[in-house]
Amino acid sequence: MSEELLNLTLHVWRQDGPDDAGRFETHQAKDITTHMSFLEMLDVVNELLIENGKSPIAFDHDCREGICGTCGMVINGVAHGPQKLTTTCQLHMRQFKNGDEIWLEPWRASGFPVLKDLVVDRTAFDRIIQAGGYISIRTGSASEANELPVAKEIADQAMDAAECIGCGACVAACPNASASLFTAAKISHLSLLPQGQAERQDRARKMVAQMDAEGFGGCTNHGECEAACPKGVSLRWIARMNRELVRAMVTADAPIESRKR
Amino acid sequence: MQLRSNEPTGPIENRWEKHKEANKLVSPANRRKYTVIVVGSGLAGGAAAASLGEMGYNVKCFCYQDSPRRAHSIAAQGGINAAKNYQNDGDSVYRLFYDTVKGGDFRSRESNVFRLAELSVQIIDQAVAQGVPFAREYGGLLGNRSFGGAQVSRTFYARGQTGQQLLLGAYQALSRQIEAGTVEMFSRTEMLDLIVHDGRARGIVTRCMKTGKVSPHIADMVILCTGGYGNVFYLSTNAKGCNCTAAWRTHRHGAAFANPCYTQIHPTCIPQAGTYQSKLTLMSESLRNDGRVWVPRKKEDVTKRPEDIAEEDRYYYLEERYPAFGNLVPRDVASRNALYVTNDGLGVGPEVDGERRGVYLDFGDAIDRLGEQTIQERYGNLFEMYERITNDSPYETPMRIYPATHYTMGGLWVDYNLETTIPGLFAGGEANFSDHGANRLGASALMQGLADGYFVLPFTVGNYLGEVRTLPPLAEDHADVTGAVTAVEERIQKLMNAPDPKHAPEHFHRMLGRIIWTKCGMSRNKEGLEKALRDIPKLRDQFWREVKITGTGEELNQTLERAGRVADFFELGELMCLDALRREESCGGHFREEHEENGEALRDDDNFSYVAAWEWTGTPGEPRLNKEPLTFEYVKPSKRSYK
Repeated sequence: MSEELLNLTLHVWRQDGPDDAGRFETHQAKDITTHMSFLEMLDVVNELLIENGKSPIAFDHDCREGICGTCGMVINGVAHGPQKLTTTCQLHMRQFKNGDEIWLEPWRASGFPVLKDLVVDRTAFDRIIQAGGYISIRTGSASEANELPVAKEIADQAMDAAECIGCGACVAACPNASASLFTAAKISHLSLLPQGQAERQDRARKMVAQMDAEGFGGCTNHGECEAACPKGVSLRWIARMNRELVRAMVTADAPIESRKR
Repeated sequence: MQLRSNEPTGPIENRWEKHKEANKLVSPANRRKYTVIVVGSGLAGGAAAASLGEMGYNVKCFCYQDSPRRAHSIAAQGGINAAKNYQNDGDSVYRLFYDTVKGGDFRSRESNVFRLAELSVQIIDQAVAQGVPFAREYGGLLGNRSFGGAQVSRTFYARGQTGQQLLLGAYQALSRQIEAGTVEMFSRTEMLDLIVHDGRARGIVTRCMKTGKVSPHIADMVILCTGGYGNVFYLSTNAKGCNCTAAWRTHRHGAAFANPCYTQIHPTCIPQAGTYQSKLTLMSESLRNDGRVWVPRKKEDVTKRPEDIAEEDRYYYLEERYPAFGNLVPRDVASRNALYVTNDGLGVGPEVDGERRGVYLDFGDAIDRLGEQTIQERYGNLFEMYERITNDSPYETPMRIYPATHYTMGGLWVDYNLETTIPGLFAGGEANFSDHGANRLGASALMQGLADGYFVLPFTVGNYLGEVRTLPPLAEDHADVTGAVTAVEERIQKLMNAPDPKHAPEHFHRMLGRIIWTKCGMSRNKEGLEKALRDIPKLRDQFWREVKITGTGEELNQTLERAGRVADFFELGELMCLDALRREESCGGHFREEHEENGEALRDDDNFSYVAAWEWTGTPGEPRLNKEPLTFEYVKPSKRSYK
């Protein structure tokens, strides 16, 4: 376990509130060990800022083990930073070199308004799920779990899609700020399973309509979302979402209206 | 204070049914007239809010996270138990009940535990119907595994992300109700106080974490599903935001706090790497199935590379001390022994604060025996996670592990209905003390959270409201409401304006955590606990004098949020130490060095077979102890032995 100390220059996006124009501010991070996580490095910087009477850098984080999806920032132009399949909280400082300059920005998308510094409002994702990302089953009315077998490969595929943590890196990485990967992952997870068939078509139409209403862009197959996704959620789910949508549209009786934001 | 468990009597297998038959209902047409507040959106809170909304109640749900999908239930890896007996290995509701009572070291209420085991089968049905992608066999039926030393395969799982998938199931059910308009969701909103009117819980005071606005929310009843208090140790496997504030605020209003000293220290976590460390990461317990735990026999070897230490110089302490169970001894035993060998100066890894706190978990033999391929299939993702954090590959060098706080069995005292000692205030999930006794078995936290949320609370809420019928209206300008709001605002001002501001709240939290971890952690003694009880109030005073928060209270201010939580951890930490001091026995996660026999825990059923329910008296450190005696009609107390 070799340990090295790093001195780094951080250029951090500071924005006092949703209506503030925002600007970059430069901070020094000194004597950072390579065993620290990226967020622990920011903790050290923040503790010093507080002791010096300054406002600490606001950033979202919670579980710090890569599963809750709360953390996320653009590090040197890359959502969640340089390490593949890794959330910001699991990124460690050994990925950086002494003297590095690091640029930190929030997710930038009109669907994710900045609340403060690196903290953005991702409630648009919640509204996309509310539009139809569920199977309607009343508590207590489920039948015996093994009554309906699900082929292992189908269950495995559903699980692949269900691994999305809702962090929003896909939106931040996309040149169109599209939420297609997020939306497609949930549509695919539920449409693959026999339990999800009854609402399959409605679900696809409503969730896509909500995604559009939130101001996210369309998918033009850049593939940046999959590259940035810390859970490796696959682009092929977007193709599946489009198939689901076409299928739903040709069988629809009436168009589904977008809900209000 | 009267502690009435309100549990039904008669044959244990009929109690829950009998209880349901005897209780009151609210008619479907009347439910929308009642407002129910649910604080927390994890497995218990999310499931309760969704189910109550579905039934037609007017629900308001609150969480501090930016979305209800992020509650820390999401981080549970291993699985969820259910007595389905799909594997035909003789499992039954009774056996799950028996294992849970025994695993809890005979410190839980039999009626509650039986109900938990009974409901476990419905949880799986519910989750599967919601689309939770549990592991399946090639025939398409649900797969199971044996977990945490259980002798039957009753654990259902979704890769290493069972908690995530179950939580997303509850979150999606909740989202459906938000869309339907039965649940109003308040995310980034923190509960800072309880509104009590006429002796009943009638609402909460919250702070919006985006704007700092403090507001009252009035309701007919309040349910807390706010998780555990493991972050009192500062370092734990909990999320950084997990806190005890909501529960502690209600304790200060009269809700008894039960068994705070029962905390679970999980043996296989990645050790602390430095003083800056912000949290600890759990590695699944399944690793002990194939890994061998050891430390160097000689102190001079602790800095050597493990590969350079000869076989005869390796001390496989669990295998030597517990030949029958070896590396698979229960969590508390494995944790305590790691403490002892590192106390003896045999710990490995980097020095933090002058101590090496780590032991090896070695897969060398398993790789030789089974091949790297098999080990990769079993533990590939865990090895990857370990390498991402430590930069060491467990295929090449032994893992380093050390115990870390993982779960808190203690919590708000509740009766069989999950009602606290304040009428109209209920608690579910890890926030209550109910089902795990002094020690929780693996894969039973998810089970309890969902049993409470989907199946117990939706019923007992109806019983409460059916009994009280109509509560008098409570206006926002009533003194009980404005008083609570003012108290919250004054406390925020007090935190913002410490007389001699010097340090960020983390500084004090780390110091508190150090006291609790060393004096009220895996192994406790009178002298240490008494010292902690002298040190904590001093540190608390220093905190209130010197805590430094920049910015204002009327904006997004993460330092202020943390400070408020740390302030409550000080009071809870003191109660924990007091409870640990008074409990002059060793049971489950609570090990008192004075009460052991040949190094093994010595329970004292004659004097301590009770739930310690602590009552707030107005002064921190001077609570009143109330006892709920525990009786065992079905599972007769016996001694745990793993030698």
